[in-house]
Amino acid sequence: MSHRIPEDSQRKKRRNEAVANIDKLTAHRGMATWGETLVPLGDFQRAARRSGRQLTASERRAAVQRYLEPRSDETAIEGPFSRIAVFGGIYNNSFALRALLDETQTRRVDAVYCLGDLGGFGPNPEDVWPLLEQGSVKSIQGNYEESLATGREDCNCGYADPRDNHFAEVSYSYTARNCSSEFKRWMGSLPKRRRVRVGQRELLLIHGSPRRINEFMFFSATSVPFLEILLDQERCDGILCTHTGLYWHRQLPSGRDVVNVGVIGRPANDGRTEVWYSVLSDEGERLRVEFIPLAYDHPALAKAMRREKLPEEFVETIVSGWWTTCLEILPARERAVSRF
Amino acid sequence: MEAPMEQEGTLQDSRFEEPPSGQNQVAPGDSPNVELRSLDTLWFQVGGTVCNLACSHCFISCSPTNHTHEFMTLAQVETHLAEAEALGVKEYYFTGGEPFLNPEMEDILEVTLRRGPATVLTNGLLLDNKRCQRLATLARSAEYSLDLRISIDGYSAEANDPIRGEGTFERILAGASRAASAGLNPVMTVTEVHRDNVTDDGRQRFFKVLRTRGIERPRLKILPVFQIGAEAERTGVYESWQQLAENDVPEGGWDHLQCSTSRMVTDQGVWVCPILVNEPLGRMGQSLADTLGSFPLNHQACWTCHVHGVSCRT
Ligand code: SF4
Ligand code: SF4
Repeated sequence: MSHRIPEDSQRKKRRNEAVANIDKLTAHRGMATWGETLVPLGDFQRAARRSGRQLTASERRAAVQRYLEPRSDETAIEGPFSRIAVFGGIYNNSFALRALLDETQTRRVDAVYCLGDLGGFGPNPEDVWPLLEQGSVKSIQGNYEESLATGREDCNCGYADPRDNHFAEVSYSYTARNCSSEFKRWMGSLPKRRRVRVGQRELLLIHGSPRRINEFMFFSATSVPFLEILLDQERCDGILCTHTGLYWHRQLPSGRDVVNVGVIGRPANDGRTEVWYSVLSDEGERLRVEFIPLAYDHPALAKAMRREKLPEEFVETIVSGWWTTCLEILPARERAVSRF
Repeated sequence: MEAPMEQEGTLQDSRFEEPPSGQNQVAPGDSPNVELRSLDTLWFQVGGTVCNLACSHCFISCSPTNHTHEFMTLAQVETHLAEAEALGVKEYYFTGGEPFLNPEMEDILEVTLRRGPATVLTNGLLLDNKRCQRLATLARSAEYSLDLRISIDGYSAEANDPIRGEGTFERILAGASRAASAGLNPVMTVTEVHRDNVTDDGRQRFFKVLRTRGIERPRLKILPVFQIGAEAERTGVYESWQQLAENDVPEGGWDHLQCSTSRMVTDQGVWVCPILVNEPLGRMGQSLADTLGSFPLNHQACWTCHVHGVSCRT
């Protein structure tokens, strides 16, 4: 007895479609797509070759030189110091700021610098201001200060993901609502860059990058040649930045340094409740860079955040050490070690 | 291969005799010029226009037989990497066509990752276990990030397959989950071809689908559709008013456009951006040094970039 196997209708459909598709799949034989039009391949290639510029070798050298031209920067140089403490991203965390100022007193640092983003995320923005003044902290503006001082409607953090943007909006509008106009004016009076001498080295302090206040500089996503050229263009021996929330240090082949000093507003997405700051000291031949975990009264912060009805997602980060927001901006490597 | 010097002056002057009679062509007239502010991102059309799919919305009409741009060789890529380093490029993006059709693709990534971060845009069909393992090993041992972006066009086979091809929804997800289990956590990129793709509800449903495929931390990025290439045949070309005029310069400048911070290298030279590779006039020169100047926004696709603030970064 023989059975006739019924034709698999799915397969039949697929075959019919494949036949219908064959035109589409083979249409380009010998042809190029010029916009929407098929043209002989040679026509496209000839037109392309004619387009654009073809500089001579010396013109190319000149173009590159023009492109790489150093930027002029009249910023006065502070120092020289032999040891400084530097941090970024307070994010309204006055609890951590208080702990930091206590600790730096015992670390015998010559000066304390803050690289901006005083607000966002945490509760009661005004609490930070007197601490910064009492502690003689020298600050620069982050994108938060720039936005608050100029009355922007958003924090200009530079996120692209809708969920990240939603939380960024929540924290920005909370901070904007709870900051006095005097405080905002003060923020606007802060410089956007500083230059500081540590030993023989001249360090440039900025928030995101020397080019953009909200540029993200992650360890795994900024190439060494990129950093070397930034340093050449800025004519400095080191760059200190923040903005991403994750600290790192790269000593470059040229012997210069780039340091992301970290933030004290929230943990570094490492499952620890401490936050991180940096101490830089002159060691003659090299710049010594230490990242220091700072324990503070994080339960009190969590309580204050809940009192202010800030999102529970934010509180979770404070008590667990894992980020729950701003994750989509992380490059693969930084994202791989994160919990969420 | 060096092209002979046939034209002097700026790009705006370079006109060719007989443009084909398509639409969306470069419109003559007064367009704003965008300066290259800094060359942060260098793209490689490493898979040419050759693809194992022929999606109905592909803005450069890729297909198995489309050799408008060919695969790039490792040697070509290396030449441009060296040039890019001298200009301080920050990151590298690889696309096609389908990059993994290029037999040298894994070697290209290995070489690139020694020098900077790399992102690959793929349709996911060629992500078999062996390749995923090799990529994961590369990613683990490199000091820079290797980001994988996998394109899909809807949150169900009914939505995706009419665009990408019968059966592709399942094959794409299978590739994505192999990548994820190898430790490569890919970003799924979805275009706005369906309304559903942009709604919060749609996103949540898709996250659920991805989780059921073993992708624990699903990532999603939504991109606009360019009404050029195959997409123009599918949904029509731009309206005549959809183009930029000289006085359209926005307050914040043109920083939101890719042409202000990137260039695209193909086997035939350097193009202004990853979008205009099928416009001969998008070619700006042979070497990156030829392309450090400005470019006129006289293509209708520029309108989409401007309105959507397209940034193809992760
Ligand atoms: S959209 Fe991507 S996968 Fe589809 S044909 Fe074009 S290049 Fe290939
Ligand atoms: S298509 Fe977009 S990126 Fe390309 S030149 Fe036009 S505006 Fe710039």
